[in-house]
Amino acid sequence: MAVYRRTYTSYSGALTPAWSRWLVLFRYSRSSLFRSKLQTGLFVLCFFYPLFSLLTIYLAHNLSFLARLGAVGGQILTIDNKFFYYFVNVQGVLAFVLTAFTGPGLISPDIANGALPLYFCRPFSRAEYVLGKASVLAILLSQIMWIPGLVLFAVQGSLAGGDWTWDHLWIAGSLVLACWIWIAILSLLAMALSAWVKWRIVAGALLLAVLFFGAGFAQAVNAVMRTQLGHFVDIVYLMSTVWNGLFRIGDERAVSSTEAYAALLVFCGVCLALLVKKVRAYEVVR
Amino acid sequence: MSTTVQSGAAAERANQQTSAAPPPPVIALQGLSVRFGNREILKDLNCALRGRAIGLLGPNGAGKSTLINTLLGFYKPSSGSASVLGHDIRTETRKIRSLVGYMPENDAFISKMNAVSYVRMMAELSGLPPAAALERAHEALFCVGLAEARYRELGTYSLGMKQLAKLAQAVAHGPKLLILDEPTNGLDPSARQRMIRMIRDIRDSRELQIVLCSHLLRDVEDTCEEVLILNGGRIAHYSNLEEERKANKRFLELETYGANGDFTDAIEKLGCECATSANRLKMILADGIEIRDIYRIAAEKDVRIRRLNFRRDSLEDIFLKAMGS
Repeated sequence: MAVYRRTYTSYSGALTPAWSRWLVLFRYSRSSLFRSKLQTGLFVLCFFYPLFSLLTIYLAHNLSFLARLGAVGGQILTIDNKFFYYFVNVQGVLAFVLTAFTGPGLISPDIANGALPLYFCRPFSRAEYVLGKASVLAILLSQIMWIPGLVLFAVQGSLAGGDWTWDHLWIAGSLVLACWIWIAILSLLAMALSAWVKWRIVAGALLLAVLFFGAGFAQAVNAVMRTQLGHFVDIVYLMSTVWNGLFRIGDERAVSSTEAYAALLVFCGVCLALLVKKVRAYEVVR
Repeated sequence: MSTTVQSGAAAERANQQTSAAPPPPVIALQGLSVRFGNREILKDLNCALRGRAIGLLGPNGAGKSTLINTLLGFYKPSSGSASVLGHDIRTETRKIRSLVGYMPENDAFISKMNAVSYVRMMAELSGLPPAAALERAHEALFCVGLAEARYRELGTYSLGMKQLAKLAQAVAHGPKLLILDEPTNGLDPSARQRMIRMIRDIRDSRELQIVLCSHLLRDVEDTCEEVLILNGGRIAHYSNLEEERKANKRFLELETYGANGDFTDAIEKLGCECATSANRLKMILADGIEIRDIYRIAAEKDVRIRRLNFRRDSLEDIFLKAMGS
């Protein structure tokens, strides 16, 4: 219908499937993501280490280069579980920094501008809203974590041969799982803070505080109370424990893998509860 | 928005509806109560509203917005039930939301987004495909008079423009029911007039029904056919303004010069009921009696009629009575 018809008319055309509505929110939120040059620059920076890792894999299989180093046997450059463990660690830190820039702007502007009733007065649930917003972070962080990780594994597999790939297939599984756990934690934490703190910068600072002060607080608790229970409030320590287990790094930890999983699950539950409490059309004042 | 004409198809649908079973009420409340903690905000509301334009009136804190938010499924009823266009608010929230366009009371926009993207996104969230949503967004913005400013960021809009943008997003997906919560809040007189004119135009398109929630009597009186007055969470009064307007066409108030008992007697002989005070005469015209008969008697009795008004209770009278009761 042409825009010159300035009367109200009802709509009787086709509708999109109900399950796909969260993709609308994802599309619009994603489109506003790269308006900031700083954010775009940071995103590009996140690909430097994967490129460096790719180069490392290439060099590890380049016999003439290894011969020049005197390490034809592969003693210097070894592509194994530790290689991918370090990759996840480095990309995990970058993912955290990227989340600190991106995450706070996801929900807080909607709450500050009173936009939530506009979403929820439509056939669009709160779960779909959270899913739409979380998918922005999840896909952004996937692009710098497990997707390049799997590319590296595939390149290594193609250069090292079928036997190596088959023997180390568990690394690919661990890589994906390790990245998804970290992405889930970062996404939920960033969204919970974004929902509760109106100011974007403060929310970003709080995200840093939760991780860094959490570690400091844990150390203080452990030192003062002469216990190891402080580690349960240290997200970085818990995550590191989970990653150690997944990549079979034999490191002595004060917290077992199972305990770390349980603690992270509780942490995610708390973030979800905070989101559910805040992401609603109108707050009920009792 | 210019004048509107009911389409042939819409008229046909309307005819079919009148010949078939009556449509469900726009809003039906059956003992609806809403409680927040210890505070009971809505108390045992019962009514069925069927008008094309329904006004929810009441002083601040009467429960108007709470009622709307409950109908939209934002708040859960503590007891009783309600339906919107025949759909239960407890079990068919999603269906209700797909049929409703809602303009909230407070500022509601998405920062760093222009009006076209904003309205388009809202239409897409209501289920319109992207291309149709874009077309409808442009249409809606033209419709509310934001055509020239539609590519500007919403953050740069004046309050009146933001209100219009909210109205555009509420109508873009073609709802069956438009809920307007204080649509003239914060508008200057000319912007208010424009908003009221637009609401009337939308109402007269007969493509959808309107629920207008306001504490401003003039807004409701200018746009609505039915009025539900809330006070302290209860229904204080229900009034069908359209019926009253029709009924009160027979209710006259005269200001005369030189009237005496003869004039009043002559009018009463016609079957009209009269009441006099000083030089004013209030009367209810009997069936078959026209105003020209009053003028004829006045001429015969040498009475001059200085002023003649159709006197009816204004919404203000009705509201004050309801508040008093």
